[in-house]
Amino acid sequence: MTAPFLTVSDLTVAYGDNVIMKDVSFTVNRGDVFIIMGASGCGKSTLLSVLTGLKEPVKGDVLFDGLPFWGENSSDANRKTAMRKAGILYQSGALWTSMTLAENVALPLTQYTALTPAEIQDLVALKLDLVGLAGFQDFYPSEISGGMKKRAGLARALALDPQIVFFDEPSAGLDPISSKNLDDLILQIKENLNTTIVMVTHELPSLLSVGTNSIYLDVDTKTLIAQGKPADLLKNPPNPKVQHFLTRGEK
Amino acid sequence: MKAKAYLSRNESEAIVAFGGDWSVECPLDDRDGVLTDFESGGFQTVVFSGKSLGKWDSALIAFLLRLIQECAKRGISYTLTDMPDGVEPLVKLALTVPPRVVRKDAEHAKPMLDLLGEAGIAAWNASCKAGCFMRKAYRSFARFVAGKAVLRKSDLLWEIQEAGVSALPIVSLICFMVGLIVAFVGSIQLKLFGAQIYVASLVAIAVTRVMGAIMAGVIMAGRTGASYAATIGSMQVNEEVDALETMGISPFDFLITPRLLALSLMMPILTVYADLMGILGGAFVGIVMLGLSPEEYARMTLNALVSKNIIVGIVHGTVFGVIIALCGCYQGLVCGRNASAVGRATTSAVVYSIVWMTVATAVLTFIFNLIGV
Repeated sequence: MTAPFLTVSDLTVAYGDNVIMKDVSFTVNRGDVFIIMGASGCGKSTLLSVLTGLKEPVKGDVLFDGLPFWGENSSDANRKTAMRKAGILYQSGALWTSMTLAENVALPLTQYTALTPAEIQDLVALKLDLVGLAGFQDFYPSEISGGMKKRAGLARALALDPQIVFFDEPSAGLDPISSKNLDDLILQIKENLNTTIVMVTHELPSLLSVGTNSIYLDVDTKTLIAQGKPADLLKNPPNPKVQHFLTRGEK
Repeated sequence: MKAKAYLSRNESEAIVAFGGDWSVECPLDDRDGVLTDFESGGFQTVVFSGKSLGKWDSALIAFLLRLIQECAKRGISYTLTDMPDGVEPLVKLALTVPPRVVRKDAEHAKPMLDLLGEAGIAAWNASCKAGCFMRKAYRSFARFVAGKAVLRKSDLLWEIQEAGVSALPIVSLICFMVGLIVAFVGSIQLKLFGAQIYVASLVAIAVTRVMGAIMAGVIMAGRTGASYAATIGSMQVNEEVDALETMGISPFDFLITPRLLALSLMMPILTVYADLMGILGGAFVGIVMLGLSPEEYARMTLNALVSKNIIVGIVHGTVFGVIIALCGCYQGLVCGRNASAVGRATTSAVVYSIVWMTVATAVLTFIFNLIGV
C-alpha cells in the first residue's frame, strides 16, 4: 500500500465572505499523478494555492508528508520545510524575466544548497537537457516560445529534485503535440525521479492518459463530488456533472 | 554515507565506480580531483559502475553527464552497469535532444563606430515614434472635441478624481513643507537686515510664480505619470491594448485622451492649491518662528500676490500636466512585453516628465520675459 503524501481534511476556503469550497477531504499518495478537475470557477487554482502555502484556509487540516501544513500544529516553519520538497510549474511558466534560463534554474540551487558554481552549472545543464532545452542557457524568457517557457518552468520546478511537483494547467495554450510531449515528459520525470504529481488541468486527453487519481470539485455545491482514477470515472461516472465534464458535454 | 567516485584504469579501459549517497545537498567532495583524473585520459573505453550506490538524485546524473560529455569529446565509448533503476532512462532523456548551437550577438565586441551609429539610429527611431505618438494623441483629442472619440465617461471621471482629489493629501504635505523651507531659508538672510516681514512677499512671489507649479508637477510626475506608465504598460503585457486595437477601438481615444484631459484639467487647480499650501507653510514660519502678527503677514502676502504671477504659475501647471500625461502614456504604450519592461517604462515616465518640465520652464520663462509678464 502506498503511503499518503498529502492529506487534506475538511478543508474550507474563502475569499472574505465568499466561500470557494467547503469540507473538502482527499489524500494524495506517494507516486500519484493526482488531477484536480472541475468547471471554471470551482476553486481548482485556489486549492493549489492552499496546497502550496500561498493561501490560508478558513478551516481544515493539511498534512504535507506527515508535517502539519495548515490547521492544528501548523506553522510558517513547517510550511517552509514542506515547500523545500515541492516544485511548482505555473500556468505561464512564471519565469523571472530579468534572468536567463540558466539563472532561473540556478536560483533555487544557489539559495538552498552549498553546491559550487561548477556543480550548479552541471545541474542546470542537466535540468535544461531533461526538458529538451539544451543550448538555451543564455536565453531570456522573452526570447523563447510559450511551450519552451513551460519546459523551462518545469526545469526550474525540478531544480531541487522535489518529491512533489504541482502543475497549474501545464497544457494551457499549447498545441496538441506539444501538450502530448509535455505529458510524456512529466510522466518520464515522475517515473525516473519518483516524483508525486498534483495537477490542475482541463485537458481531457491529458488527464485521462496520465491521471492515477483525481477529485472533481463542483462549482454549485462548492464541494468535492467525485474521486477516483479519471479513466474509471469516465467509465462509471458517479454523477451526471462528472459525466458531462469528462465527455465534454456529449451524450 | 558520503558520495564517492573512484577511477581505476588499465591500458585501454577505465572503471568509474560510484558509491555512497548522492544528493544536491551533500555533493561529491573531490569533484574536481576526479574530473582532472578522468580528463587526463589514456583509455579507449570506460565503464560507469553503480554497484555501491546508495541513495541518489540528479546530482549523480549531472556528474555522470559531465563525464559522458568528456567521453564524447574524446571519442571514448562508455557503458553503464549496475546502475539503479531510473539512472539510465534519465541519462537517455537528457541526451535525447542534442544541444542546439545557438549564437547570440556579442554586443561588447562591436566597434565604437557601430555602437555610435546604432545609438544614432535608435535616437532617430525614438524621435519618430514620439512624433507619431504626439500626432495620434493630437488627432484623438480632436476627435474628442468633435464628439467622435470612443471613451467612457466613467473612465474620464475616475481619472479626474485620481489626478485631482486623490492627490490633495500628498500635494498639501509637500507644498506646505516647501513653503516652510523657502520661508525659513529666506528669513535667515532677511533677519540680518531686520527685514523679516518680507518673508511673506518672498514666499508669495516664489510660490505663485513657479515653485507651486514645479512642486505639483514633480509630485504628479512621480505619482500619476508613473501610474499611467505602469497601468498602460501592464495592459501591453496582458495584450489588452492589442485587444482594443483589434476591436477597432483606438487606444488613444480609450486610454490616452481621458488621462491627458484629466491631468491637464486638474494640474492648474492643483497648482493654485499648491500655491495656497506653500503660502500657509511660509505663514507658519513667519508667525510661529519669526513672531510676525497674522494680520501683518496676510497684508504683506496680499500685497505680493499679483495676478500675472498667479497666471504664470497656472500656465506652467497646465503645460506640466500635458507633459506628464504624454510622457506617462507614451512610456506605457511603448513598453515591452514583460515585467521588467513595465518597471523601466515607469522609471522613464518620471525621468522624462521631469526633464521635459525643466525644458518647458526654461522656454516659458524666456517667453514671459520676452512679453514682459
